Amino acid sequence: MNAPLLLHRLAHARAGDKGNRLNLALVCRVPEAYAPLAAQVTPEAVAALFSARHPSKVVRYDLPNLGAFNFVLDDVLEGGVNASLGLDGHGKSLSFRLLELELEPTEDVLRALRVIEDR
Amino acid sequence: MADLVRIGSGAGFAGDRTDAAVPVVAALARMEGPRFLMFETLAERTLALCQLARKSDPSKGYSPALEKLLAPVLADCLASGIRIIGNFGAANPQAAAERIAQMARDLGHAPRIGIVTGSEIDDRLSVSELAARETGGTLLKGRSAITSADVYLGAAPIAEALALGADIVVTGRVADPALALGPLLHVFGWAEDDWDRLAAGTLAGHLLECGSQVSGGYFADPGVKDVPGLDDVGFPILEIGRDGGILVTKPEGTGGRIDRFTVIEQMLYEIHDPAAYLTPDVVLDITDTRVEEVGSDRVRVSGARGKPRPDTLKATVCFEAGQLAEAEISYAGPNASARARLAAEVVRTRLARRAPGLKLRVDAIGLTSVFNDTGGATLAPLFETEREDVRLRFSAQSTDKAELEMLLDEVEGLYCAGPAGGAGVRKHMTPRLSSASCLIERGMTSPKATLLGAQP
Repeated sequence: MNAPLLLHRLAHARAGDKGNRLNLALVCRVPEAYAPLAAQVTPEAVAALFSARHPSKVVRYDLPNLGAFNFVLDDVLEGGVNASLGLDGHGKSLSFRLLELELEPTEDVLRALRVIEDR
Repeated sequence: MADLVRIGSGAGFAGDRTDAAVPVVAALARMEGPRFLMFETLAERTLALCQLARKSDPSKGYSPALEKLLAPVLADCLASGIRIIGNFGAANPQAAAERIAQMARDLGHAPRIGIVTGSEIDDRLSVSELAARETGGTLLKGRSAITSADVYLGAAPIAEALALGADIVVTGRVADPALALGPLLHVFGWAEDDWDRLAAGTLAGHLLECGSQVSGGYFADPGVKDVPGLDDVGFPILEIGRDGGILVTKPEGTGGRIDRFTVIEQMLYEIHDPAAYLTPDVVLDITDTRVEEVGSDRVRVSGARGKPRPDTLKATVCFEAGQLAEAEISYAGPNASARARLAAEVVRTRLARRAPGLKLRVDAIGLTSVFNDTGGATLAPLFETEREDVRLRFSAQSTDKAELEMLLDEVEGLYCAGPAGGAGVRKHMTPRLSSASCLIERGMTSPKATLLGAQP
């Protein structure tokens, strides 16, 4: 069996927090990654990935001219930095949780991967 | 009349590197025209901590990072005409200004120091009036006391302080991007409804406000996105034109990296709707911005658009919320995961008997240190994974110290009465300040700029 194909291969991410709300900026490593990620990294897929934190709402904002997406997840920070019992109350590490998302190896995903590998 | 303003970042948070501003100031000193150095040092909770410090000593209450951040560059800034803008005034801008005046005197300088006040609103609104204005929760409802309540002020009073001739402007709570927009308003005289220009200045401030997060800091992922010289990462210098054009650069000879990726990551940092980033000065829309690499470590950003500023200002209200208790213990070697799981179960069971109301969180460093959830759903299956080194971390929050002491005692009790091989217990309790957000009518605030020593 092949190792799972992780979002980390196609994109970068950075997390930001405000209160109990998390934003995850997802930036495509190459323009070719934008369309397949738009198809696969849906708000539903992200909500499922963070289901243990029970998001009350997940919204994706598309930024095609920046080759990026912005995900906003409500109520996933265990109360936020001033209330969370966890070590990472800001949720700063959660950018890399997003990058663990497993992608389907569709033709356009594989094409984007080849562009990255050929650079 | 200047058509270009240069703003460097000296710090993106209170814990930032204290030597970072030195190359920024050296580079700015070699340049012409209006130049500013900006310090952002106030996290959400910092102001409440400073408020507590001020209550116990009226000469305190400014950012404890002030001295260590300013000392390395204060003399060079004053000698080179680089004006400084910082929110290190925190809960006591007046005391911060007096401290800076003293530091400058010791260096043989007598700068004019501007003070921006008016962010505190706890003297204007009662706790119940604040509770009625809370957004996104009901944490303030029924509460009798708060520690601090501050609105995020805009750029206008900073520009005003500069117009009074301030070499250094000290603020309390202002919107972070306002620390850059203030100087731009002052130099360019943009109209207060020139929304696209205000948007560009706000975007410049947003790119600067986290220091090196735009120039290679918080970016490196070895083999995927490498950053040269991270041990000496250069902090950003932005060149902003009268038309709102932005060029992102850093001092020559420093480490770090500025390209489309570093700029876009910071551009989206802590943004929600990219078409409507709310600030006191303008609603910023970045959906049509262009980010172009125009040279090595040089990126041009253009196309920010603005919409009229909101009628309300955001305020952060902090209140005391008891204590946070944390205790840790390690299990290593064969069968470590199973022993750690048993230890967690033992503490849970005993605490459920002794302190039934206490919500307990268990993390297991080595299995999942930060991705876990407080319910423990993420961790539970991972205990099946064989690891040779697992460090359990227990945490709880309460206003009942005795209850938290029980948790700490139960973890320590694992030494003799828990599973085999438990080691390295550490435990501590820290006071907890929680925060809530409110929306406050502009009319409730009266931001003010004065010069230190001037008659009121």
